Amino acid sequence: MELKVLGQSNSGSAAAPTESGCSKSACGSTSDQMDQLPESIREKVKNHPCYSEEAHHYYARMHVAVAPACNIQCHYCNRKYDCANESRPGVVSELLSPDQAVKKVMAVAANIPQMTVLGVAGPGDPLANPERTFETFRQLTEKAPDIKLCVSTNGLSLPEQVEELSKHNIDHVTITINCVDPEIGAKIYPWVFWQNRRIRGAKGAKILIEQQQKGLEMLIERGILVKVNSVMIPGVNDKHLVEVSKIVKSKGAFLHNVMPLIAEAEHGTFYGVMGQRGPNAKELSALQDECAGDMNMMRHCRQCRADAVGLLGEDRGAEFTLDKIEGMEIDYAAAMEKRAEVHAQIEAHRAEQAAEAAAEDANPLGDLPADLRPVLMAVATQGQGIVNQHFGHAKEFLVYEASPAGVRFIGHRKAEQYCSGDDTCGEGESTLDITIRSLEGCEAVICSKVGYSPWEKLEAAGIIPNGEYAMEPIEDAVVGVYRGMYESGALSEASGQLIA
Amino acid sequence: MALSINDACVNCWACLPLCPSDAITANLDGATHFAIDAKKCTECDGDYASPQCASICPIEGAILDAGGEALNPPGSLTGIPPELLEQAMAEIQAR
Ligand code: SF4
Ligand code: SF4
Repeated sequence: MELKVLGQSNSGSAAAPTESGCSKSACGSTSDQMDQLPESIREKVKNHPCYSEEAHHYYARMHVAVAPACNIQCHYCNRKYDCANESRPGVVSELLSPDQAVKKVMAVAANIPQMTVLGVAGPGDPLANPERTFETFRQLTEKAPDIKLCVSTNGLSLPEQVEELSKHNIDHVTITINCVDPEIGAKIYPWVFWQNRRIRGAKGAKILIEQQQKGLEMLIERGILVKVNSVMIPGVNDKHLVEVSKIVKSKGAFLHNVMPLIAEAEHGTFYGVMGQRGPNAKELSALQDECAGDMNMMRHCRQCRADAVGLLGEDRGAEFTLDKIEGMEIDYAAAMEKRAEVHAQIEAHRAEQAAEAAAEDANPLGDLPADLRPVLMAVATQGQGIVNQHFGHAKEFLVYEASPAGVRFIGHRKAEQYCSGDDTCGEGESTLDITIRSLEGCEAVICSKVGYSPWEKLEAAGIIPNGEYAMEPIEDAVVGVYRGMYESGALSEASGQLIA
Repeated sequence: MALSINDACVNCWACLPLCPSDAITANLDGATHFAIDAKKCTECDGDYASPQCASICPIEGAILDAGGEALNPPGSLTGIPPELLEQAMAEIQAR
Protein backbone atom coordinates (compact mmCIF):
# COMPACT_ATOMS: atom_id res chain seq x y z
CA MET A 1 0.00 0.00 0.00
CA GLU A 2 1.28 3.40 -0.83
CA LEU A 3 1.65 5.64 2.14
CA LYS A 4 1.30 9.32 2.05
CA VAL A 5 4.43 10.61 3.67
CA LEU A 6 5.12 14.13 4.65
CA GLY A 7 6.31 16.40 1.90
CA GLN A 8 5.94 13.75 -0.73
CA SER A 9 3.28 13.98 -3.35
CA ASN A 10 1.78 10.72 -4.47
CA SER A 11 0.30 12.08 -7.63
CA GLY A 12 2.03 9.25 -9.48
CA SER A 13 -0.59 6.81 -8.33
CA ALA A 14 -3.90 6.68 -10.13
CA ALA A 15 -5.71 6.13 -6.86
CA ALA A 16 -3.91 8.99 -5.18
CA PRO A 17 -6.09 11.08 -2.95
CA THR A 18 -6.54 14.69 -3.83
CA GLU A 19 -4.18 16.54 -1.67
CA SER A 20 -5.64 19.65 -0.21
CA GLY A 21 -3.40 22.48 0.47
CA CYS A 22 -3.06 26.10 1.18
CA SER A 23 -0.20 28.41 1.89
CA LYS A 24 1.69 27.56 5.00
CA SER A 25 1.59 30.94 6.59
CA ALA A 26 -1.79 32.10 5.39
CA CYS A 27 -3.56 29.09 6.74
CA GLY A 28 -1.23 28.13 9.53
CA SER A 29 0.84 30.12 11.91
CA THR A 30 -0.64 33.49 11.03
CA SER A 31 -4.19 32.15 11.13
CA ASP A 32 -6.21 34.18 13.56
CA GLN A 33 -8.32 31.18 14.41
CA MET A 34 -6.08 29.26 16.77
CA ASP A 35 -4.18 32.26 18.04
CA GLN A 36 -7.10 33.48 20.08
CA LEU A 37 -7.48 30.27 22.03
CA PRO A 38 -6.12 29.78 25.51
CA GLU A 39 -2.89 27.78 25.59
CA SER A 40 -4.49 24.74 27.24
CA ILE A 41 -7.06 24.39 24.45
CA ARG A 42 -4.58 25.16 21.72
CA GLU A 43 -2.38 22.36 22.98
CA LYS A 44 -5.31 19.95 22.83
CA VAL A 45 -6.45 20.78 19.32
CA LYS A 46 -3.21 21.57 17.61
CA ASN A 47 -2.90 18.13 15.99
CA HIS A 48 -6.58 17.73 15.28
CA PRO A 49 -7.19 17.85 11.53
CA CYS A 50 -10.79 18.92 11.92
CA TYR A 51 -10.11 21.77 14.32
CA SER A 52 -6.80 23.22 13.26
CA GLU A 53 -6.59 24.65 9.77
CA GLU A 54 -2.88 24.09 9.67
CA ALA A 55 -2.94 20.57 11.12
CA HIS A 56 -5.19 19.27 8.37
CA HIS A 57 -2.27 19.37 5.96
CA TYR A 58 -0.38 16.91 8.09
CA TYR A 59 -2.74 14.77 10.10
CA ALA A 60 -5.66 12.60 9.11
CA ARG A 61 -8.91 11.63 10.76
CA MET A 62 -11.36 8.84 10.24
CA HIS A 63 -14.92 8.13 11.19
CA VAL A 64 -16.52 4.78 11.79
CA ALA A 65 -20.20 4.11 11.31
CA VAL A 66 -21.19 2.19 14.41
CA ALA A 67 -24.22 4.20 15.44
CA PRO A 68 -27.24 3.56 13.20
CA ALA A 69 -30.12 4.66 15.42
CA CYS A 70 -31.30 8.22 15.81
CA ASN A 71 -33.60 9.84 18.32
CA ILE A 72 -34.66 12.92 16.36
CA GLN A 73 -35.60 13.80 12.79
CA CYS A 74 -33.95 16.73 11.01
CA HIS A 75 -35.42 18.25 7.88
CA TYR A 76 -32.06 18.00 6.08
CA CYS A 77 -31.69 14.27 6.68
CA ASN A 78 -33.30 11.27 5.05
CA ARG A 79 -32.78 8.04 6.95
CA LYS A 80 -33.47 6.00 3.85
CA TYR A 81 -30.62 7.41 1.89
CA ASP A 82 -27.47 5.41 1.55
CA CYS A 83 -25.43 6.10 -1.50
CA ALA A 84 -21.70 5.85 -2.12
CA ASN A 85 -21.78 9.04 -4.17
CA GLU A 86 -23.20 11.03 -1.35
CA SER A 87 -21.03 13.44 0.51
CA ARG A 88 -23.43 14.91 3.01
CA PRO A 89 -22.58 14.43 6.66
CA GLY A 90 -24.29 11.51 8.29
CA VAL A 91 -24.62 9.45 5.15
CA VAL A 92 -22.63 6.25 5.27
CA SER A 93 -22.40 3.05 3.36
CA GLU A 94 -21.09 0.43 5.75
CA LEU A 95 -22.47 -0.17 9.23
CA LEU A 96 -19.85 -1.74 11.51
CA SER A 97 -20.13 -3.63 14.77
CA PRO A 98 -17.86 -2.24 17.52
CA ASP A 99 -15.42 -5.13 16.99
CA GLN A 100 -15.27 -4.51 13.26
CA ALA A 101 -14.86 -0.78 13.83
CA VAL A 102 -11.95 -1.34 16.21
CA LYS A 103 -10.27 -3.62 13.70
CA LYS A 104 -10.75 -1.08 10.92
CA VAL A 105 -9.38 1.78 13.02
CA MET A 106 -6.28 -0.20 13.93
CA ALA A 107 -5.73 -1.24 10.31
CA VAL A 108 -5.97 2.37 9.16
CA ALA A 109 -3.79 3.66 12.01
CA ALA A 110 -1.12 1.10 11.18
CA ASN A 111 -1.14 2.03 7.49
CA ILE A 112 -1.72 5.77 7.69
CA PRO A 113 0.51 6.93 10.53
CA GLN A 114 -0.87 10.45 10.12
CA MET A 115 -4.25 9.26 11.37
CA THR A 116 -4.62 10.82 14.81
CA VAL A 117 -8.34 11.16 15.35
CA LEU A 118 -11.20 8.68 15.38
CA GLY A 119 -14.69 10.03 15.38
CA VAL A 120 -18.07 8.42 15.80
CA ALA A 121 -20.62 10.53 14.00
CA GLY A 122 -23.34 8.39 12.57
CA PRO A 123 -25.22 7.42 10.53
CA GLY A 124 -27.59 8.05 13.42
CA ASP A 125 -26.69 9.73 16.68
CA PRO A 126 -23.75 8.16 18.56
CA LEU A 127 -25.34 8.86 21.93
CA ALA A 128 -28.60 7.25 20.87
CA ASN A 129 -26.47 4.08 20.46
CA PRO A 130 -24.53 4.27 23.73
CA GLU A 131 -23.54 0.58 23.97
CA ARG A 132 -22.09 0.45 20.46
CA THR A 133 -20.38 3.82 20.68
CA PHE A 134 -18.87 3.30 24.12
CA GLU A 135 -17.79 -0.28 23.40
CA THR A 136 -15.81 1.08 20.44
CA PHE A 137 -14.23 3.79 22.58
CA ARG A 138 -13.47 1.41 25.45
CA GLN A 139 -11.60 -1.04 23.22
CA LEU A 140 -9.67 1.68 21.42
CA THR A 141 -8.60 3.43 24.61
CA GLU A 142 -7.08 0.13 25.61
CA LYS A 143 -5.64 -1.10 22.31
CA ALA A 144 -4.68 2.11 20.53
CA PRO A 145 -3.99 4.71 23.20
CA ASP A 146 -2.28 7.04 20.72
CA ILE A 147 -5.54 7.78 18.92
CA LYS A 148 -7.74 10.66 20.03
CA LEU A 149 -11.43 9.99 20.28
CA CYS A 150 -14.22 12.36 19.44
CA VAL A 151 -17.94 12.19 19.05
CA SER A 152 -20.62 14.28 17.32
CA THR A 153 -24.14 14.43 18.64
CA ASN A 154 -27.45 16.19 18.26
CA GLY A 155 -27.36 16.65 22.03
CA LEU A 156 -30.69 15.08 22.99
CA SER A 157 -29.13 12.33 25.13
CA LEU A 158 -26.03 14.30 25.98
CA PRO A 159 -26.76 15.19 29.63
CA GLU A 160 -27.34 11.56 30.59
CA GLN A 161 -24.17 10.44 28.77
CA VAL A 162 -21.72 13.09 29.94
CA GLU A 163 -20.60 10.97 32.90
CA GLU A 164 -19.85 7.99 30.67
CA LEU A 165 -18.14 10.23 28.10
CA SER A 166 -15.79 11.64 30.71
CA LYS A 167 -14.82 8.09 31.77
CA HIS A 168 -13.62 7.30 28.28
CA ASN A 169 -11.33 10.26 28.36
CA ILE A 170 -12.86 11.83 25.28
CA ASP A 171 -11.76 15.41 25.09
CA HIS A 172 -13.62 16.56 21.98
CA VAL A 173 -17.39 16.61 21.58
CA THR A 174 -19.21 18.24 18.68
CA ILE A 175 -22.82 19.29 19.23
CA THR A 176 -24.96 20.29 16.26
CA ILE A 177 -26.93 23.30 17.45
CA ASN A 178 -29.09 24.93 14.80
CA CYS A 179 -31.19 27.14 17.05
CA VAL A 180 -31.98 28.26 20.58
CA ASP A 181 -35.59 29.21 19.82
CA PRO A 182 -38.21 26.40 19.80
CA GLU A 183 -40.29 28.18 17.14
CA ILE A 184 -37.33 28.14 14.78
CA GLY A 185 -36.54 24.61 15.95
CA ALA A 186 -39.99 23.48 14.86
CA LYS A 187 -39.04 24.43 11.29
CA ILE A 188 -35.91 22.27 11.46
CA TYR A 189 -36.89 19.29 13.64
CA PRO A 190 -40.31 17.72 12.98
CA TRP A 191 -40.02 15.45 16.04
CA VAL A 192 -37.84 14.11 18.82
CA PHE A 193 -38.15 10.83 20.70
CA TRP A 194 -38.13 11.72 24.37
CA GLN A 195 -39.05 9.69 27.42
CA ASN A 196 -40.70 6.95 25.39
CA ARG A 197 -42.82 9.26 23.28
CA ARG A 198 -42.54 10.93 19.90
CA ILE A 199 -42.89 14.64 20.57
CA ARG A 200 -43.60 16.92 17.64
CA GLY A 201 -43.19 20.55 16.71
CA ALA A 202 -42.01 23.35 18.99
CA LYS A 203 -42.58 21.22 22.07
CA GLY A 204 -40.09 18.62 20.84
CA ALA A 205 -37.66 21.29 19.65
CA LYS A 206 -37.80 22.95 23.08
CA ILE A 207 -36.73 19.70 24.76
CA LEU A 208 -33.90 19.25 22.27
CA ILE A 209 -32.67 22.83 22.78
CA GLU A 210 -32.75 22.48 26.57
CA GLN A 211 -30.84 19.20 26.45
CA GLN A 212 -28.24 20.64 24.06
CA GLN A 213 -27.59 23.64 26.25
CA LYS A 214 -27.50 21.56 29.42
CA GLY A 215 -25.14 19.05 27.81
CA LEU A 216 -22.88 21.87 26.60
CA GLU A 217 -22.67 23.31 30.12
CA MET A 218 -21.99 19.90 31.68
CA LEU A 219 -19.15 19.15 29.25
CA ILE A 220 -17.53 22.52 29.86
CA GLU A 221 -17.78 21.99 33.64
CA ARG A 222 -15.84 18.76 33.22
CA GLY A 223 -13.18 20.37 31.07
CA ILE A 224 -14.19 18.55 27.88
CA LEU A 225 -13.71 20.59 24.70
CA VAL A 226 -16.90 21.40 22.84
CA LYS A 227 -17.23 22.42 19.22
CA VAL A 228 -20.59 23.57 17.92
CA ASN A 229 -21.73 22.82 14.38
CA SER A 230 -24.62 24.72 12.82
CA VAL A 231 -26.31 24.21 9.49
CA MET A 232 -27.13 27.52 7.82
CA ILE A 233 -30.65 27.38 6.39
CA PRO A 234 -31.53 30.61 4.56
CA GLY A 235 -34.80 32.09 5.74
CA VAL A 236 -35.01 29.66 8.67
CA ASN A 237 -32.06 30.15 11.00
CA ASP A 238 -29.52 32.26 9.11
CA LYS A 239 -29.95 35.47 11.13
CA HIS A 240 -30.61 33.50 14.30
CA LEU A 241 -27.20 31.77 14.13
CA VAL A 242 -25.50 35.00 15.18
CA GLU A 243 -27.33 34.70 18.50
CA VAL A 244 -26.55 30.98 18.71
CA SER A 245 -22.89 31.84 18.24
CA LYS A 246 -22.97 34.39 21.08
CA ILE A 247 -24.67 31.99 23.46
CA VAL A 248 -22.48 28.97 22.83
CA LYS A 249 -19.38 31.09 23.09
CA SER A 250 -20.45 32.61 26.37
CA LYS A 251 -20.92 29.08 27.69
CA GLY A 252 -17.42 28.09 26.67
CA ALA A 253 -17.57 26.31 23.27
CA PHE A 254 -14.17 26.76 21.65
CA LEU A 255 -15.17 26.67 17.98
CA HIS A 256 -18.29 27.35 15.97
CA ASN A 257 -18.53 25.79 12.56
CA VAL A 258 -21.27 27.15 10.29
CA MET A 259 -21.93 24.75 7.43
CA PRO A 260 -24.12 25.38 4.40
CA LEU A 261 -27.35 23.43 4.00
CA ILE A 262 -27.10 20.98 1.13
CA ALA A 263 -30.59 20.24 -0.17
CA GLU A 264 -31.50 18.53 -3.43
CA ALA A 265 -34.82 16.96 -4.31
CA GLU A 266 -33.09 13.66 -5.07
CA HIS A 267 -31.96 13.38 -1.46
CA GLY A 268 -35.62 12.95 -0.55
CA THR A 269 -35.23 15.23 2.46
CA PHE A 270 -37.93 17.64 3.56
CA TYR A 271 -35.81 20.63 2.55
CA GLY A 272 -34.82 18.98 -0.72
CA VAL A 273 -38.36 18.15 -1.79
CA MET A 274 -39.86 21.40 -0.53
CA GLY A 275 -37.35 23.43 -2.52
CA GLN A 276 -35.57 24.99 0.45
CA ARG A 277 -32.34 26.41 -0.96
CA GLY A 278 -28.92 26.32 0.62
CA PRO A 279 -26.83 29.48 1.06
CA ASN A 280 -24.48 30.61 -1.68
CA ALA A 281 -20.78 31.01 -0.91
CA LYS A 282 -21.13 34.74 -0.36
CA GLU A 283 -23.99 34.39 2.14
CA LEU A 284 -22.13 31.68 4.01
CA SER A 285 -18.97 33.73 4.17
CA ALA A 286 -20.88 36.82 5.35
CA LEU A 287 -22.53 34.86 8.17
CA GLN A 288 -19.21 33.28 9.14
CA ASP A 289 -17.70 36.75 9.32
CA GLU A 290 -20.59 38.02 11.41
CA CYS A 291 -20.20 35.15 13.86
CA ALA A 292 -16.41 35.42 13.83
CA GLY A 293 -16.58 38.71 15.68
CA ASP A 294 -17.86 36.65 18.57
CA MET A 295 -15.75 33.56 18.52
CA ASN A 296 -13.37 31.32 16.71
CA MET A 297 -14.90 30.22 13.47
CA MET A 298 -13.89 27.21 11.50
CA ARG A 299 -13.70 27.78 7.78
CA HIS A 300 -12.02 24.75 6.33
CA CYS A 301 -14.68 22.12 7.08
CA ARG A 302 -15.59 20.16 3.97
CA GLN A 303 -18.45 18.28 5.55
CA CYS A 304 -16.71 14.98 5.33
CA ARG A 305 -18.70 11.79 5.05
CA ALA A 306 -19.41 10.07 8.34
CA ASP A 307 -17.32 7.08 7.29
CA ALA A 308 -14.53 9.02 5.60
CA VAL A 309 -10.90 7.93 5.96
CA GLY A 310 -7.90 10.14 5.37
CA LEU A 311 -6.78 13.74 5.33
CA LEU A 312 -9.51 16.37 5.07
CA GLY A 313 -10.90 16.48 1.57
CA GLU A 314 -9.83 12.97 0.66
CA ASP A 315 -11.35 9.58 1.25
CA ARG A 316 -9.26 6.44 1.24
CA GLY A 317 -12.07 4.36 2.67
CA ALA A 318 -12.02 2.00 -0.32
CA GLU A 319 -8.64 0.68 0.84
CA PHE A 320 -10.11 -0.44 4.13
CA THR A 321 -13.33 -2.27 3.43
CA LEU A 322 -14.27 -5.11 5.74
CA ASP A 323 -12.99 -7.90 3.50
CA LYS A 324 -9.71 -6.06 2.93
CA ILE A 325 -9.00 -5.50 6.63
CA GLU A 326 -9.97 -9.09 7.37
CA GLY A 327 -6.81 -10.21 5.58
CA MET A 328 -4.51 -7.63 7.18
CA GLU A 329 -2.09 -8.66 9.90
CA ILE A 330 -1.62 -5.79 12.28
CA ASP A 331 1.23 -5.54 14.74
CA TYR A 332 -0.04 -2.52 16.58
CA ALA A 333 2.90 -2.23 18.96
CA ALA A 334 5.21 -1.86 15.95
CA ALA A 335 2.73 0.43 14.23
CA MET A 336 2.63 2.66 17.27
CA GLU A 337 6.41 3.11 17.17
CA LYS A 338 6.27 3.95 13.49
CA ARG A 339 3.42 6.38 14.18
CA ALA A 340 5.40 8.10 16.92
CA GLU A 341 8.32 8.52 14.49
CA VAL A 342 6.14 9.97 11.76
CA HIS A 343 4.48 12.33 14.23
CA ALA A 344 7.89 13.50 15.43
CA GLN A 345 8.93 14.20 11.81
CA ILE A 346 5.74 16.11 11.20
CA GLU A 347 6.25 18.15 14.35
CA ALA A 348 9.82 18.98 13.35
CA HIS A 349 8.60 20.06 9.92
CA ARG A 350 5.80 22.16 11.39
CA ALA A 351 8.19 23.86 13.82
CA GLU A 352 10.47 24.70 10.88
CA GLN A 353 7.58 26.15 8.91
CA ALA A 354 6.46 28.21 11.86
CA ALA A 355 9.98 29.54 12.38
CA GLU A 356 10.26 30.41 8.69
CA ALA A 357 6.95 32.19 8.74
CA ALA A 358 7.99 34.16 11.80
CA ALA A 359 11.27 35.10 10.14
CA GLU A 360 9.51 36.33 7.00
CA ASP A 361 8.23 39.84 6.74
CA ALA A 362 5.14 39.73 8.93
CA ASN A 363 2.90 41.49 6.44
CA PRO A 364 3.97 41.59 2.80
CA LEU A 365 1.25 44.17 1.99
CA GLY A 366 1.91 46.39 5.00
CA ASP A 367 3.37 49.17 2.86
CA LEU A 368 0.13 49.77 0.92
CA PRO A 369 -2.37 52.49 1.97
CA ALA A 370 -4.44 51.05 4.83
CA ASP A 371 -7.81 52.03 3.35
CA LEU A 372 -7.62 49.86 0.20
CA ARG A 373 -10.55 47.51 -0.10
CA PRO A 374 -10.00 43.80 0.52
CA VAL A 375 -10.18 41.42 -2.47
CA LEU A 376 -11.13 37.75 -2.55
CA MET A 377 -9.11 35.47 -4.80
CA ALA A 378 -9.57 31.81 -5.65
CA VAL A 379 -6.51 29.59 -5.98
CA ALA A 380 -6.19 26.22 -7.73
CA THR A 381 -3.70 23.95 -5.99
CA GLN A 382 -2.92 20.28 -5.49
CA GLY A 383 -1.17 20.95 -2.20
CA GLN A 384 2.27 21.85 -0.86
CA GLY A 385 1.11 25.44 -0.62
CA ILE A 386 1.91 26.29 -4.24
CA VAL A 387 -0.08 27.29 -7.31
CA ASN A 388 0.16 24.03 -9.19
CA GLN A 389 -3.19 23.19 -10.67
CA HIS A 390 -4.83 23.80 -14.03
CA PHE A 391 -8.09 25.73 -13.71
CA GLY A 392 -10.04 22.97 -15.42
CA HIS A 393 -8.63 20.25 -13.17
CA ALA A 394 -9.44 21.89 -9.86
CA LYS A 395 -11.95 20.03 -7.73
CA GLU A 396 -12.04 22.90 -5.33
CA PHE A 397 -10.59 26.34 -4.95
CA LEU A 398 -9.03 27.84 -1.87
CA VAL A 399 -10.26 31.35 -1.27
CA TYR A 400 -7.95 33.99 0.17
CA GLU A 401 -8.58 37.56 1.11
CA ALA A 402 -5.87 40.08 0.36
CA SER A 403 -5.89 43.51 1.96
CA PRO A 404 -3.34 45.95 3.34
CA ALA A 405 -3.70 43.98 6.60
CA GLY A 406 -2.21 40.92 4.90
CA VAL A 407 -3.38 37.68 3.34
CA ARG A 408 -5.85 35.44 5.11
CA PHE A 409 -7.42 32.12 4.26
CA ILE A 410 -11.21 32.36 3.99
CA GLY A 411 -12.44 28.92 2.95
CA HIS A 412 -13.05 26.45 0.18
CA ARG A 413 -15.31 26.54 -2.85
CA LYS A 414 -16.18 23.30 -4.58
CA ALA A 415 -15.77 23.29 -8.34
CA GLU A 416 -17.46 21.30 -11.03
CA GLN A 417 -14.73 19.63 -13.00
CA TYR A 418 -15.39 20.31 -16.61
CA CYS A 419 -12.09 19.29 -18.11
CA SER A 420 -11.75 15.58 -18.64
CA GLY A 421 -7.98 15.49 -18.76
CA ASP A 422 -6.45 16.92 -21.93
CA ASP A 423 -5.18 20.45 -21.98
CA THR A 424 -7.53 21.97 -24.48
CA CYS A 425 -10.43 22.51 -22.13
CA GLY A 426 -12.94 23.60 -24.69
CA GLU A 427 -15.93 21.51 -23.77
CA GLY A 428 -18.42 21.12 -21.02
CA GLU A 429 -19.45 24.74 -20.90
CA SER A 430 -22.36 24.29 -18.55
CA THR A 431 -20.28 22.88 -15.69
CA LEU A 432 -17.94 25.77 -16.31
CA ASP A 433 -20.85 28.11 -15.66
CA ILE A 434 -21.52 26.34 -12.37
CA THR A 435 -17.90 26.66 -11.35
CA ILE A 436 -17.89 30.33 -12.21
CA ARG A 437 -21.01 30.81 -10.13
CA SER A 438 -19.33 29.08 -7.19
CA LEU A 439 -16.55 31.65 -7.42
CA GLU A 440 -18.95 34.52 -6.90
CA GLY A 441 -17.39 37.31 -4.90
CA CYS A 442 -13.86 36.47 -6.05
CA GLU A 443 -12.17 39.01 -8.30
CA ALA A 444 -9.30 36.83 -9.44
CA VAL A 445 -8.57 33.18 -9.93
CA ILE A 446 -4.95 32.08 -9.70
CA CYS A 447 -3.96 28.79 -11.31
CA SER A 448 -1.11 27.22 -13.23
CA LYS A 449 -2.94 27.44 -16.53
CA VAL A 450 -6.34 28.44 -17.94
CA GLY A 451 -7.83 27.48 -21.27
CA TYR A 452 -8.94 30.13 -23.75
CA SER A 453 -12.66 29.68 -23.47
CA PRO A 454 -12.84 29.63 -19.65
CA TRP A 455 -10.56 32.66 -19.70
CA GLU A 456 -13.11 34.64 -21.66
CA LYS A 457 -15.98 33.45 -19.52
CA LEU A 458 -14.15 34.27 -16.31
CA GLU A 459 -13.38 37.76 -17.52
CA ALA A 460 -16.98 38.24 -18.57
CA ALA A 461 -18.01 37.26 -15.02
CA GLY A 462 -15.68 39.86 -13.55
CA ILE A 463 -13.10 37.35 -12.36
CA ILE A 464 -9.61 37.98 -13.68
CA PRO A 465 -7.80 34.73 -14.48
CA ASN A 466 -4.10 34.64 -13.68
CA GLY A 467 -1.64 31.97 -14.77
CA GLU A 468 1.55 33.90 -14.06
CA TYR A 469 2.35 32.31 -10.73
CA ALA A 470 2.57 28.64 -11.68
CA MET A 471 4.66 26.70 -9.16
CA GLU A 472 5.04 29.70 -6.87
CA PRO A 473 3.88 29.84 -3.23
CA ILE A 474 0.20 30.73 -2.92
CA GLU A 475 0.80 33.63 -0.62
CA ASP A 476 3.34 35.21 -2.96
CA ALA A 477 0.86 34.85 -5.80
CA VAL A 478 -1.99 36.45 -3.87
CA VAL A 479 0.30 39.28 -2.78
CA GLY A 480 1.50 39.74 -6.36
CA VAL A 481 -1.99 39.87 -7.84
CA TYR A 482 -3.16 42.32 -5.18
CA ARG A 483 -0.18 44.58 -5.83
CA GLY A 484 -0.90 44.39 -9.54
CA MET A 485 -4.48 45.45 -8.93
CA TYR A 486 -3.29 48.32 -6.75
CA GLU A 487 -0.81 49.52 -9.34
CA SER A 488 -3.35 49.36 -12.16
CA GLY A 489 -5.82 51.37 -10.09
CA ALA A 490 -8.31 48.53 -9.80
CA LEU A 491 -8.48 48.89 -6.03
CA SER A 492 -9.66 52.46 -6.07
CA GLU A 493 -12.78 51.54 -8.03
CA ALA A 494 -15.82 50.82 -5.96
CA SER A 495 -16.76 47.17 -5.99
CA GLY A 496 -20.24 45.81 -5.66
CA GLN A 497 -18.84 42.41 -4.77
CA LEU A 498 -17.18 43.48 -1.60
CA ILE A 499 -17.79 41.15 1.31
CA ALA A 500 -17.53 42.96 4.59
CA MET B 1 -52.54 -8.36 18.89
CA ALA B 2 -49.18 -7.64 17.39
CA LEU B 3 -47.40 -5.16 15.17
CA SER B 4 -45.22 -6.08 12.21
CA ILE B 5 -42.32 -4.59 10.23
CA ASN B 6 -42.21 -4.60 6.44
CA ASP B 7 -39.44 -4.17 3.89
CA ALA B 8 -39.52 -0.38 4.09
CA CYS B 9 -37.41 -0.84 7.23
CA VAL B 10 -33.86 0.52 6.82
CA ASN B 11 -32.32 -1.56 9.63
CA CYS B 12 -31.50 1.41 11.80
CA TRP B 13 -31.70 -0.48 15.11
CA ALA B 14 -33.65 2.28 16.83
CA CYS B 15 -36.62 0.11 17.75
CA LEU B 16 -34.85 -3.01 18.97
CA PRO B 17 -33.48 -1.90 22.35
CA LEU B 18 -36.76 -0.17 23.24
CA CYS B 19 -39.04 -3.19 23.01
CA PRO B 20 -40.22 -4.21 26.50
CA SER B 21 -41.16 -7.68 25.25
CA ASP B 22 -37.94 -8.56 23.47
CA ALA B 23 -40.04 -9.17 20.38
CA ILE B 24 -37.85 -7.49 17.76
CA THR B 25 -35.08 -9.29 15.88
CA ALA B 26 -32.40 -7.74 13.70
CA ASN B 27 -31.80 -8.52 10.06
CA LEU B 28 -30.03 -11.75 10.90
CA ASP B 29 -29.64 -14.88 8.78
CA GLY B 30 -30.12 -13.18 5.47
CA ALA B 31 -33.29 -11.32 6.41
CA THR B 32 -33.26 -7.92 4.72
CA HIS B 33 -35.06 -6.09 7.48
CA PHE B 34 -35.98 -6.20 11.15
CA ALA B 35 -38.94 -8.30 12.28
CA ILE B 36 -41.39 -8.53 15.16
CA ASP B 37 -42.20 -11.86 16.75
CA ALA B 38 -46.01 -11.82 16.78
CA LYS B 39 -46.12 -14.24 19.69
CA LYS B 40 -44.07 -11.93 21.89
CA CYS B 41 -45.36 -8.48 20.85
CA THR B 42 -47.83 -6.98 23.33
CA GLU B 43 -48.17 -3.68 21.46
CA CYS B 44 -46.50 -2.37 24.60
CA ASP B 45 -49.79 -2.67 26.44
CA GLY B 46 -49.23 -2.18 30.15
CA ASP B 47 -45.66 -0.93 29.65
CA TYR B 48 -46.01 2.27 27.64
CA ALA B 49 -48.72 4.60 26.44
CA SER B 50 -47.64 4.10 22.82
CA PRO B 51 -45.94 1.23 21.01
CA GLN B 52 -42.23 1.99 21.37
CA CYS B 53 -41.09 0.68 18.00
CA ALA B 54 -43.61 2.79 16.13
CA SER B 55 -42.79 5.82 18.28
CA ILE B 56 -39.13 5.97 17.31
CA CYS B 57 -39.13 4.41 13.84
CA PRO B 58 -38.05 7.13 11.36
CA ILE B 59 -39.47 5.39 8.29
CA GLU B 60 -43.04 6.04 7.22
CA GLY B 61 -44.95 2.88 6.49
CA ALA B 62 -42.40 0.46 7.98
CA ILE B 63 -44.43 -0.56 11.03
CA LEU B 64 -47.94 -1.93 10.62
CA ASP B 65 -50.70 -2.56 13.14
CA ALA B 66 -52.51 -5.89 13.49
CA GLY B 67 -54.82 -4.89 10.65
CA GLY B 68 -51.94 -4.11 8.29
CA GLU B 69 -52.36 -0.32 8.52
CA ALA B 70 -49.23 1.84 8.68
CA LEU B 71 -48.82 3.37 12.13
CA ASN B 72 -46.78 6.17 10.61
CA PRO B 73 -48.52 6.93 7.31
CA PRO B 74 -46.86 8.86 4.43
CA GLY B 75 -46.05 12.44 5.40
CA SER B 76 -46.55 11.88 9.12
CA LEU B 77 -42.85 11.80 10.07
CA THR B 78 -41.03 13.87 7.48
CA GLY B 79 -43.76 16.45 7.00
CA ILE B 80 -43.36 16.10 3.22
CA PRO B 81 -46.82 16.05 1.60
CA PRO B 82 -46.99 12.63 -0.14
CA GLU B 83 -48.12 14.13 -3.46
CA LEU B 84 -45.13 16.47 -3.49
CA LEU B 85 -42.74 13.65 -2.77
CA GLU B 86 -44.24 11.56 -5.56
CA GLN B 87 -44.06 14.47 -7.94
CA ALA B 88 -40.42 15.18 -7.06
CA MET B 89 -39.49 11.53 -7.45
CA ALA B 90 -41.30 11.28 -10.79
CA GLU B 91 -39.44 14.34 -12.03
CA ILE B 92 -36.12 12.88 -10.98
CA GLN B 93 -36.86 9.58 -12.67
CA ALA B 94 -37.87 11.35 -15.88
CA ARG B 95 -34.44 13.04 -16.14
S1 SF4 C 1 -45.23 -2.76 19.88
FE1 SF4 C 1 -44.02 -2.79 21.73
S2 SF4 C 1 -43.94 -4.95 22.26
FE2 SF4 C 1 -44.57 -4.90 20.12
S3 SF4 C 1 -42.67 -5.01 18.98
FE3 SF4 C 1 -43.13 -2.84 19.22
S4 SF4 C 1 -41.97 -2.26 21.02
FE4 SF4 C 1 -42.11 -4.52 21.07
S1 SF4 D 1 -36.91 1.65 13.79
FE1 SF4 D 1 -38.04 1.22 11.89
S2 SF4 D 1 -36.50 1.37 10.29
FE2 SF4 D 1 -35.40 1.22 12.22
S3 SF4 D 1 -34.98 -0.97 12.43
FE3 SF4 D 1 -36.88 -0.57 13.51
S4 SF4 D 1 -38.49 -0.93 11.99
FE4 SF4 D 1 -36.58 -0.77 10.88
